[in-house]
Amino acid sequence: MLKLGVPSKGRLMQETFDWFAERGVQLSKSGSDREYVGQVEGVDGVELVLLSAGEIPRELAAGRIHFGVTGTDLVHEKLVHWADVVEPVAEMGFGFADLIIAVPACWRDVTSLHDLDAVAARFRADHGFRLRIATKYHRLVRQFLTAQGVADYQLVDSQGATEGAVKNETAEAIADITSTGATIEANHLRILEDGLVLKSQATLWKSHSAGGDCGPLIRKISAQ
Amino acid sequence: MSQLRAETARLLAAFEANGAVRVEADILQPADILLDLYGEDIRARAYVTSDPLRGEQMLRPDFTVPVVQRHMAVSAEPARYTYAGPVFRYQDSSTGREAQSEQVGYEVFDRSAPEAIEAEVFRLFHQILAPLDLTASTGDVGLLRAAIDGLSTSDARKAALRRHIWRPLRFQSLLARFSQPVAPKTLGAYGQQIGLRSAQDVQERLAQLEEEATAPPIPAAEIEALTDLLAIRGKLPEALKLLQALTSRLPSIGPAVAHVAARIKALDAAGMDVAPIGFEAAYGLTAMEYYDGFVFGFYAAEPGWPAVASGGRYDALTRVLGQGCAVPAVGGIIRPEYSLRATKGGLSC
Repeated sequence: MLKLGVPSKGRLMQETFDWFAERGVQLSKSGSDREYVGQVEGVDGVELVLLSAGEIPRELAAGRIHFGVTGTDLVHEKLVHWADVVEPVAEMGFGFADLIIAVPACWRDVTSLHDLDAVAARFRADHGFRLRIATKYHRLVRQFLTAQGVADYQLVDSQGATEGAVKNETAEAIADITSTGATIEANHLRILEDGLVLKSQATLWKSHSAGGDCGPLIRKISAQ
Repeated sequence: MSQLRAETARLLAAFEANGAVRVEADILQPADILLDLYGEDIRARAYVTSDPLRGEQMLRPDFTVPVVQRHMAVSAEPARYTYAGPVFRYQDSSTGREAQSEQVGYEVFDRSAPEAIEAEVFRLFHQILAPLDLTASTGDVGLLRAAIDGLSTSDARKAALRRHIWRPLRFQSLLARFSQPVAPKTLGAYGQQIGLRSAQDVQERLAQLEEEATAPPIPAAEIEALTDLLAIRGKLPEALKLLQALTSRLPSIGPAVAHVAARIKALDAAGMDVAPIGFEAAYGLTAMEYYDGFVFGFYAAEPGWPAVASGGRYDALTRVLGQGCAVPAVGGIIRPEYSLRATKGGLSC
């Protein structure tokens, strides 16, 4: 039996179900709405596993699921050398989100990473600690800022409501995902011109280590 | 394992024979000092762990910081230390290197003539490693610092360049930016005041940007000379000739070049053959370490190996750790796992 891991909640789950349905594969939750057990119709030998989107990369890497639906951002963040352990089967055309770096809109002088770096140097001299960037995407953001030559910052962990970190004075800037930018703006922040770390969307991934005959499912969804 | 222990003991004994006192350092180090010193990059390379009571701790990524701290707290100069033990750094699986590796080190805190101390440390490492088939490379970060100081540009630009000496890509992009007229900048729209950076801080930088907007580009001839400096590489004697020739175009490097010459003289006076020793003006500029003057490394021909030994001068680090009180410091480490394998001429063991 092949296991297909799908986000267990909300819009991402519903859009995943719709995407598969358009390709002749019906996914559904069985039993009550609160139960995380599912069914697959339209292709044989595939079992549905409902998981938190954040756990799907790890399960794919471990080979405990054969396929999984989750964002590019989570796979790139959570899996070191992701291309060695998973491969994208299909970009699904929803769940679009950009991982971006944003600063307070009142920093009129800061519109680029070059500015951020200059301000970070000054901030450290003035405050005695490194300018804090709140994020949950530690690896991606660090790699990006290192490659761009930004120094004198520190990442502080923020697992939710990251946009509020500046107002709460737990960080000076943030790195988070956004689709419309509305939350960023509502929290008096502005995205840096060159602050795009990664473009992400919901993607169907295949595990390299899980084995199994993945052909039938791949043929079924590619046939449409 | 017993071979590694013997090699470690041999190296420690060699350093002790040169007057070094054996010191220890905790494996578990408070993370804040290392993070403040090395920045976020250290998190990508060191093991960070946490304790509900003490907060973030790091598995010792090197000995330099604890040894400097110990020296600054208790001792007077001159002082020579040696130490041995494991350090811990993430390694990419593709390099085949272990996350836990051994280091044996030697650190000198001494206010005598800088070139004499640099020559002493380099010569000692050279002597210990002489039986192995290694290539020595050296450099001097002081040359680039001096070249930056001499540029015809504002102090703010010089400070920006100095700050990125250890990030060559960013350094080059800054240099390119400063070699052209300042591009007009569109400021961000006004926004509600939030966060620790005050409206006054923003105003101050806006004023700086305005000043910066009229700054003339760094003359092309100076950029060219700086680029030529970074390209200098060769054996010590010929590299020195190239450096001396360059001082007519980069007068500010004069004292730094004289220091390189004095060091070569000190090595020569100590009976070393300087002819086969390599020199690269850009050597050591990609290291995370805080070296700010003389730098050196000894390399085996094996692909994928780290330097079998490396070291240099790190006065700036002592200033940071000593809260403004600096001590001239030169030191280095040998990786016994590699000096041992180099002895046997292969990776077989």
